[in-house]
Amino acid sequence: MHIRIIILSISILMINKVAATTIGFSQVGSESGWRTSFSESVKAQAQARGIELKFSDAQQKQENQIKAVRSFIAQGVDGIIIAPVVETGWKPVLREAKRARIPVVIVDRNIKVKQQSLFLTRIASDFEEEGEKIANWLMAQTKGECAIAELQGTVGATAAIDRAKGFNRVLAKFPKSKIIRSQTGEFTRSKGKEVMESFLKAEQGGKNICAVWAHNDEMALGAIQAIKEAGLKPGTDILIVSVDGVPDYFKAMAEGEANATVELSPHLGGPSFDAIEAHLAGKKVQKLISTTGDLFTQDTAAAEYQKRRLQ
Amino acid sequence: MKDSIQTVSAGADHKLSEQDLAEAKAARYQAGKSNSVGRYIWPVCALALLLAVNLLLDASFFSISYQDGRFYGSLIDILNRSAPVALLAIGMSLVIATGGIDLSVGAVMAIVGAVCANLLITDISVFAVIIIGLSTGILAGVINGALVSYLSIQPIVATLLLMVAGRGVAQLINQGQIVTFQNDTFSAIGVGNWLGLPMPVWLVIATLLFCQLLVRRTALGLFIEAVGCNASASRYMGINDRHVKLFAYAMAGLCAAMAGMIATADIQGSDANNAGLWLELDAILAVVIGGAALTGGRFSLALSIIGALIIQTLATTIIVSGLPAKFNLLIKAIVILVVLLLQSEKFRNQCKQLLRISARGDV
Repeated sequence: MHIRIIILSISILMINKVAATTIGFSQVGSESGWRTSFSESVKAQAQARGIELKFSDAQQKQENQIKAVRSFIAQGVDGIIIAPVVETGWKPVLREAKRARIPVVIVDRNIKVKQQSLFLTRIASDFEEEGEKIANWLMAQTKGECAIAELQGTVGATAAIDRAKGFNRVLAKFPKSKIIRSQTGEFTRSKGKEVMESFLKAEQGGKNICAVWAHNDEMALGAIQAIKEAGLKPGTDILIVSVDGVPDYFKAMAEGEANATVELSPHLGGPSFDAIEAHLAGKKVQKLISTTGDLFTQDTAAAEYQKRRLQ
Repeated sequence: MKDSIQTVSAGADHKLSEQDLAEAKAARYQAGKSNSVGRYIWPVCALALLLAVNLLLDASFFSISYQDGRFYGSLIDILNRSAPVALLAIGMSLVIATGGIDLSVGAVMAIVGAVCANLLITDISVFAVIIIGLSTGILAGVINGALVSYLSIQPIVATLLLMVAGRGVAQLINQGQIVTFQNDTFSAIGVGNWLGLPMPVWLVIATLLFCQLLVRRTALGLFIEAVGCNASASRYMGINDRHVKLFAYAMAGLCAAMAGMIATADIQGSDANNAGLWLELDAILAVVIGGAALTGGRFSLALSIIGALIIQTLATTIIVSGLPAKFNLLIKAIVILVVLLLQSEKFRNQCKQLLRISARGDV
């Protein structure tokens, strides 16, 4: 009698479990503010959709991630999301997941595997596309005629290299536009300001410069201060474009001191769940889903700033 | 110097006349003096050379205009931008003169910046914020100094602790964010002007004058050098070497606090990750370019400032030159190497010999 009740209650519990989708998420760690908001957004999305999320923090170690994925497989989850620490070494564990027929979604950083069938899809922002987007906007604004001062990111960083590549690809189509000054601002506000000060002096007090293209918002914010101190109006005398979409930059745009930015979205949770749910429903999913953010301009900046400040 | 030694040895054979002795004595006392003039020539030459290169790159480099109640030009920029490193170098000179080293000054800049920025968003008066900021710097310096002098921990290890931990403390205070503030009075420390010159430049001038008077018009400078040359010997002479060291580190902390406030006021925000990052190395470099001995016992505050100016002029030159950013560090290293070689007497003598040999070869 007792045993029957126990079996019954367990099976009822099991049914409940099966009814809700269970998804395992292996995150790199929490090394930056951006990564923290990425984790938070995944958790919030899971709660909103009624998905049971098994969250695992790998503390920057791949072995922890592989352990976590194996335990997800053993628990028989419906899907696995991995934000990989490194690109290599994923083949064995992905094969195990495939054998268990569990779809795996790779988010943010890339992985290197020969068999593309080992994972369902990869969801990431495309740095080159970000550069292209902002370049297209700038060329449309200036009718393809612009002398640009470039503030590069840290030398050798993927974000810096790829954003420059995308931007220059668009720029090549406009012979009247040119990057006249280029130097690294190391992704920081103070370096961006210092480099911009020198650019202004070297280009007749900034008269020759039509726009500043910064590889991230922080450097652009530094450049804005340098331009203001030189007695010019950032946003009108010299256009400011960059990538990231941090709240301070939206504030600058709302005040008319910056012109445009492309958002680097930390909200990768939604698209990941979409992909897994689509797969479970039997639909086909694209191999690469780009989450390159939207371009924001001064028109919506004030409202966006209010929205972001509250978050 | 050499001549005087010859006089002495030659005179030893005969009988030393009073006059010879007096001359030799005078020459010996003068030796240090003539040497110190020589010490100034090479760093100043290097700075002049760098400025000349800038003139070639950009003809308008030396033009200074007066607008909006302040001077405006590349030279002013160099003075302004070199201020944090120059301040750090003043403190670092004192520490290095005692035979120590302070690796934590960059992290102290970040801490002070974070403390000030977080206090500024509350209702505390700016004056109080500045006092608290400076006290924080001095406290950090005293911690370093106490570890070095009372617990006899190697300076490089003792200050490494705060270098690593300090940035973490700053991040904790800022909770991982860049804390920005709107306060015109505090911002004036970084972007304000007085008598046409940027405020940071005045801060450096004031600090330099204060420290120079302190170490050269009192016996303190002598004490510092004595402790740097030989700490135990100076202790037997009655100098409290622990207090001297503690003072040097506290001064370094105070200077770092001022540099941190300049950096924070400059961008009107505290960036714990990047404020003062690697600046301790630039400060040490400035002191070394200024001809101070890393083993202690010899220092010059003015030369350290010239060292800081050389570093900043170089940075500006690289930006203006338009060379790809990936060459920055390489160029910096090569120029610094040349400056240091120019200062080395041995290297100069070898060059002279080489020239002489090649000249003989021509004949």
